[in-house]
Amino acid sequence: MNITLRVWRQKGKDDEGRMVSYQVEDVSQDMSFLEMLDVLNEKLTVAGEDPIAFDHDCREGICGACGVVINGIAHGPEVTTTCQLHMRSFKDGDTIDVEPWRAKAFPVIKDLVVDRGSLDRIIQAGGYISAPTGTAPDAHAVPVPKTDADRAFDAATCIGCGACVAACPNASGMLFTAAKVTHLGMLPQGQPERAARVVKMVNQHDEEDFGGCTNIGECAAVCPKGIPLDTISQLNKDLLGSLASGKM
Amino acid sequence: MALKSAMAVTGVILVLFLIAHMYGNLMVFGGQEVFDNYAHHLRELGEPMLPHEGALWIIRVVLLASVLIHAYAAFTLWARARRARAATGVRRYQSTQNKKGVQRSYASFTMRWGGVIVILFVVYHLLHFTTNHIAPGGASDSPYQRVVNGFEIWWVVLSYLIAMLAVGLHLRHGIWSATQTLGQNKAGRQRGLNVIATAIAAVITVGFLVPPFSIFFGLVG
Amino acid sequence: MTELYTEGAPIQDEKAPDGPIAERWDKRRFSAKLVNPANRRKLSVIIVGTGLAGASAAATLGEAGYNVTSFCYQDSPRRAHSIAAQGGINAAKNYRNDGDSIYRLFYDTVKGGDFRSRESNVYRLSQVSVEIIDQCVAQGVPFAREYGGLLDNRSFGGVQVSRTFYARGQTGQQLLIGAYQALERQIAAGTVTMHTRHEMLELIVVDGKARGVIVRDMVTGEVESHFADAVVLASGGYGNVFFLSTNAMGCNVTATWRAHRKGALFANPCYTQIHPTCIPVSGDYQSKLTLMSESLRNDGRIWVPKEIGDDRDPRQIPEEERDYYLERAYPSFGNLVPRDIASRAAKNVCDEGRGVGPGGLGVYLDFADAIKRMGRPAVEAKYGNLFDMYQRITGENPYETPMRIYPAVHYTMGGLWVDYDLQSNIPGLFVTGEANFSDHGANRLGASALMQGLADGYFVLPNTINDYLSAGPFEKVDEDTPEAKEAAEAVRARIDKLLSINGSRTVDSFHKELGSIMWEYCGMERTEEGLYKAIDRIRGLRDEFWRDVKVTGVNEELNQTLERAGRVADFFELAELMCIDALHRRESCGGHFRAESQTEDGEALRHDDEFAYVAAWEFTGTGESPVLHKENLEYEYVEMKQRSYK
Repeated sequence: MNITLRVWRQKGKDDEGRMVSYQVEDVSQDMSFLEMLDVLNEKLTVAGEDPIAFDHDCREGICGACGVVINGIAHGPEVTTTCQLHMRSFKDGDTIDVEPWRAKAFPVIKDLVVDRGSLDRIIQAGGYISAPTGTAPDAHAVPVPKTDADRAFDAATCIGCGACVAACPNASGMLFTAAKVTHLGMLPQGQPERAARVVKMVNQHDEEDFGGCTNIGECAAVCPKGIPLDTISQLNKDLLGSLASGKM
Repeated sequence: MALKSAMAVTGVILVLFLIAHMYGNLMVFGGQEVFDNYAHHLRELGEPMLPHEGALWIIRVVLLASVLIHAYAAFTLWARARRARAATGVRRYQSTQNKKGVQRSYASFTMRWGGVIVILFVVYHLLHFTTNHIAPGGASDSPYQRVVNGFEIWWVVLSYLIAMLAVGLHLRHGIWSATQTLGQNKAGRQRGLNVIATAIAAVITVGFLVPPFSIFFGLVG
Repeated sequence: MTELYTEGAPIQDEKAPDGPIAERWDKRRFSAKLVNPANRRKLSVIIVGTGLAGASAAATLGEAGYNVTSFCYQDSPRRAHSIAAQGGINAAKNYRNDGDSIYRLFYDTVKGGDFRSRESNVYRLSQVSVEIIDQCVAQGVPFAREYGGLLDNRSFGGVQVSRTFYARGQTGQQLLIGAYQALERQIAAGTVTMHTRHEMLELIVVDGKARGVIVRDMVTGEVESHFADAVVLASGGYGNVFFLSTNAMGCNVTATWRAHRKGALFANPCYTQIHPTCIPVSGDYQSKLTLMSESLRNDGRIWVPKEIGDDRDPRQIPEEERDYYLERAYPSFGNLVPRDIASRAAKNVCDEGRGVGPGGLGVYLDFADAIKRMGRPAVEAKYGNLFDMYQRITGENPYETPMRIYPAVHYTMGGLWVDYDLQSNIPGLFVTGEANFSDHGANRLGASALMQGLADGYFVLPNTINDYLSAGPFEKVDEDTPEAKEAAEAVRARIDKLLSINGSRTVDSFHKELGSIMWEYCGMERTEEGLYKAIDRIRGLRDEFWRDVKVTGVNEELNQTLERAGRVADFFELAELMCIDALHRRESCGGHFRAESQTEDGEALRHDDEFAYVAAWEFTGTGESPVLHKENLEYEYVEMKQRSYK
């Protein structure tokens, strides 16, 4: 099939940026979206033009490096990562718009590449359990109810891609933050730091210039890992609890 | 963060007020005497423990504070969201292929401008029925008479219709959002909470619209 | 043949203690000199890579009080490719009471490695495995649990006990997130300085000691020098030399190859693991191959049609016309034979013309029986995410029609040579995880990569690096030190060279061609003739690359083409060494199969009398003959036998 791509091109972080159109011919249904961009980039390179910069690495939907807004939707029309989106989701003759994640907390570095260091800094603020190497009791010392372990796991599958921020009309990073708060908060090992963790992480979230959550739900709808919206409710509950108890 | 909790708590107060207000409005079906007595009684609420109009003023102060806090939080979050979105030019994303979002409701989409419409309406509404500065259809000392005079005019009814739809949409998302902000949502409850939010919003909207339409179509007065 | 390499003096691991194997690690920890906590503040360590081995080491050394500087090429340390490991992590906990023990894990690993690994190292790995699980649970890694709240285990390819801990099909992700969180905690504490989007391009060696690295800031193009008392490379494997592999697109050999060029020995480069259960190639635009966890082999049955050219819908092929070839040839292990055996068996049936799917490069992995036996919900609970992944990529529903799988390059057992302390032959240069060669011999067992990465980073390196650092802080070095200046100049010159060629072929086209040469001649089956041909073609292609590659843009920007060009240039040199290593090892062992050396029924045939050694190669110059140093392998505990999984 043949498609028209309209891609956001921006030379550097201070450049204005604009949409540029490209024709891509002989696209196979079985190509991934990124392989389609590879094909275009090969052509651009041979022609001596600057290929389109985009982040990607594992290409199996787990590293969280890739992610672009396709036709106005973070990661495009399927609920998955951009690397796992295949061209069979599009039709011959389609015009596809490709843009970077757009948020103040994610400044554009070049073309479709953004800086997501703000997410790392939220983790630094408290998204961990302090367990220095070598201090651990036997793994079976504390049983964890399976339902708690499963919910912790579901929240822990977050890949930190940032689609939640890109999709949120407020550019809020609350689903990302809530996933980590829920992951660690569901486990007995996470309890000692639970009250302080949520406060520190939310403060950092706000300091990074993410917007506030207004519970619209776009984040969970585009999340390639299906992080549920109720993790944000759990975060709020933890937060109110720790503010009320003063245990921070 | 405190902003959002404040938003949720003040929102809940305003919802409770609306329910009470709606109940009062429905007294219009009891006729002039019942309605005027009710309106008058509001001023005597709490007497003799409180001075005349004491309870009313307490309620007014609480409501005014709630509205101010609610609006302040809303405008602050709105400004933060504008900054956080980092739109270039007018639009955040240049693509026009996804104007409606993935799943977001019209209610959530219209939360902010809807809120502005509601607050402008509240001002108009107070000038109309509370202070009687605006008196379409003629001023009167009887609250009942004011209501009937006003709602016999088509454009008054229309303005209330628009405002109440805005209120309904605002409540639809606001009630759901408050439960989430106050940490009461769980995966198993999410559907239920949304249904409840829709139901409350619908009841309040309809409850407020029944009297004006009844008056307009001559069923009352 | 002789002109391809020369033989130098033998080497040996001088750090491994002798005595009873179970006491060696204790003995080494006791003999290693310690660094007083107050002195650790004065010592600095550079760590390249933030996968399991790098992140765990950075977190642990930072916590211990050293000044750690950490680098990764990704935009966040959480994205290192350890994250993609699916199946699980082994540990000799014997929670299942099924006869497992540290000794059995040791035995299985030595045997699985086809007697080409060091007994001392493997025993230590098995000992430490137990602590890893404890550590990870304490960090909040949400391993799968049973209803009683205790950890669940499963069995994995090549073994008969259930010792694999897992977190659905995302064990690597969960372990890496655990290590990443520990790392981020140290970054916040100020003990670790993290540089993301930085790629190591050169090692700085001063007075024979590793003293720093030259990195390129991938956003600004700036070439920076960083100095420390010791350098740790945790930069992963080199499977991407094949272009198509299960590695991430960015995985590369540059960090270890640059160290190799500076004198570090490269051991056993030809040992490549081909994973049997990957999704087959669908077209020439293919950029990578996706692995399906080997755990699928626990319940799925592998088969091809008995008849050549039987292209019926698999569901229409009756039971008696199917060949469950693994169950037939290996009755006791069946579908759970080690990876190398399963991969080669798949290649053999496809070579016979019985392969399925596009190009006949695939075999069926069938869950119809499992669904009948366990019910669909149970299969879904166990493998749901893998099935979804398969469906997303192929557009076929594996609950209804058998999956198609084919082997793909997955892991490289070879890597920089290290001693028992994980130190290379360059003092101060330590190598951990997949980047070193030490623990898996010629073949790695399933669920052992995660174990090794974390063992090295959490428990081994932090207990051995102190022995070296106790002599520090070493003499101050900076940008003006001649060796550092020279290294930075070399990096700049190479970047300029790549940018100035302005030829006609893209970097990827070279990489793809190199990959197809390697897959054809240095892949699942190698022959003398083929390897000679490969070396010849690699040299030709390398020359063409330096004449005709086209790298657009400039250095002073985010330039992904330039990044790839540098990596591919190093892959050319590595590829040649892999072929030379494969050529010189005239035996079959583990992941290295020489067609000339097989038993009558086509199994790998080792020649222990001649090849029971580690081949550690010394670099002498691009295109020059490398020097072979042999480290003899002795087996005191496990009797060397031809593996049999019949």
